[in-house]
Amino acid sequence: MKRRRRTPTPDLEQAAGAGLMHRRAFIAGAAIAGAVAAEPARAEGLAVEPWMTAPGSPFTGYGQPSRFEAGVARVFANPPNAPGSGAARTPLHRLQGMVTPNGLHFERSHSGVPDIDPDKHRLLIHGLVARPLVFSLETLSRYPMESQIAFIECGGNSAQLYQTEALDADAQRLHGLVSCAEWTGVRLSTLLDEAGVDPTALWVLAEGGDAAGMSRSVPIAKAMGDALVALYQNGERIRPSNGYPMRLLLPGYEGNMQVKWLRRLKLVETPAMTRDETAKYTLLRPDGSALQFVFAMEVKSVITQPSPELSLKEPGLYEISGLAWSGAGRIVKVEVSADGGRSWAEAHLQQPILSKALTRFRLGWRWDGGPAVLQSRATDEEGNVQPTREALLARRGARALYHFNGIASWGVAASGRVTHVYA
Amino acid sequence: MREPAALALLLALACAAARAEGPGLGRSAAPSEIARFDISVGPDGVGLPPGSGTAREGRMVYEARCVACHGEKGEGKPNDRLVGGVGALAGQKPATKTVGSYWPYATTVFDYVRRAMPFDAPKSLRDEDVYAVTAYLLHLNGVIGEDATVDAATLPKIEMPNRNGFAPFAPGD
Repeated sequence: MKRRRRTPTPDLEQAAGAGLMHRRAFIAGAAIAGAVAAEPARAEGLAVEPWMTAPGSPFTGYGQPSRFEAGVARVFANPPNAPGSGAARTPLHRLQGMVTPNGLHFERSHSGVPDIDPDKHRLLIHGLVARPLVFSLETLSRYPMESQIAFIECGGNSAQLYQTEALDADAQRLHGLVSCAEWTGVRLSTLLDEAGVDPTALWVLAEGGDAAGMSRSVPIAKAMGDALVALYQNGERIRPSNGYPMRLLLPGYEGNMQVKWLRRLKLVETPAMTRDETAKYTLLRPDGSALQFVFAMEVKSVITQPSPELSLKEPGLYEISGLAWSGAGRIVKVEVSADGGRSWAEAHLQQPILSKALTRFRLGWRWDGGPAVLQSRATDEEGNVQPTREALLARRGARALYHFNGIASWGVAASGRVTHVYA
Repeated sequence: MREPAALALLLALACAAARAEGPGLGRSAAPSEIARFDISVGPDGVGLPPGSGTAREGRMVYEARCVACHGEKGEGKPNDRLVGGVGALAGQKPATKTVGSYWPYATTVFDYVRRAMPFDAPKSLRDEDVYAVTAYLLHLNGVIGEDATVDAATLPKIEMPNRNGFAPFAPGD
């Protein structure tokens, strides 16, 4: 392969080792690279293609992606005997920006997706309230609404990184249990205020209308804070797989608590100790004790491009891009390393940068064709810094299963192949 | 203890404030409606229905409705393991988390089985059957005897082996 090298000006463009670039240098460099690419490597001629010579398809009632994008899909697996129990993962590495398309939003269901008739669905608020209330979808839809762009992450996302060996899998299979959407609905506090919360109520038991009757206890402060009864997802009614016709939205909290197909909120003094908050979403430590009620997802980031399945074709300029998020608030900084954590460069954070939403980061990279290890490290506005995998395991042990937020690594081989590695 | 009059006043004030703030489009729920909807069971036993069962009775329920997924004796093939691993949660190797080894409250077994099991037909078991199969699972785990009666009074009192195995999360954990 013929390599064309421009005169290097390392002081100006180099932001860290192994070719990481300052953003301005990347844009300037890209212009030069473009000029190089303009030299025709081979004759490919411009042609009038068939789709320009006959009218295209007529309108459809609901738009679909191009047939050439059929591979951009969720991947999933079911346990035996339990179809509908499992998870479908978002193809993070095939997407851009910070909002997840509704059809690609990850899904974790415990007993399939119920086919709920919205006219028959009811939301009951009861327990330690002055006035138990019932809402239909129609009555809820008449309340003042608001939107929150918020990520939802399954407590079990990235769980494979607790394992001893680095699993040979891509960003979707390893980290695809996180998505972000504009959720629109009614503030839960508005409804709870109308019901009249008794001061002895410290928890709200939220229950879904699915076959498993999924239920979790939520602290009253969160319920009265930024919680929503969400009715819309990215502008349209929430999809059945994400809780149609209504779900609980608890920005920043683990996904399992944001109960889908919400049908009941019971105000209680103490947690109900449901199966999901005892047997499941608890973090077992080496001493045999387990952490319970781990609500907020911690600061975390993942490089989505380049990543496995997106191999590098040739040495030269690339943009490293990925997603960062924190259940504690806004992302304030993402650093990227191309040399396995020996040196770091600060990435550009793309607007909008919202609290408890996915934030897109970008950084220029000149790959020299040699082996490299790509990592990202996020910091949130509370000052929380994403830990190394080793530090997380040292603190929590390797059997916590949930809430893995350690730094992940992609190895780049000289061939350009990208794989998941521990570094 | 709270003064009933003070409580009533407080609630009245809360109601008045609420009506002033929101559209007030929710309709009042009747106690009979709530009773039909409310399937939750707390660790204190609140919400447990009338009825009772023993492990001896529960074995038949288990063999008819549970064995295909959870195995002859709860060994968990092909789905979740329900029995064993008691006292072996510490260490570095993968732990066996079961009703006996991990679940801190017996009430949770009743609650979960009643709302979610059997997987192919949840909510199809009678309350008596749920009590009985709960007793059977506790018996398989060595927590209660085969003829011990499980009901609304006894279930919350059962000491599960991992009752004190959980710590609330605090920042830095």
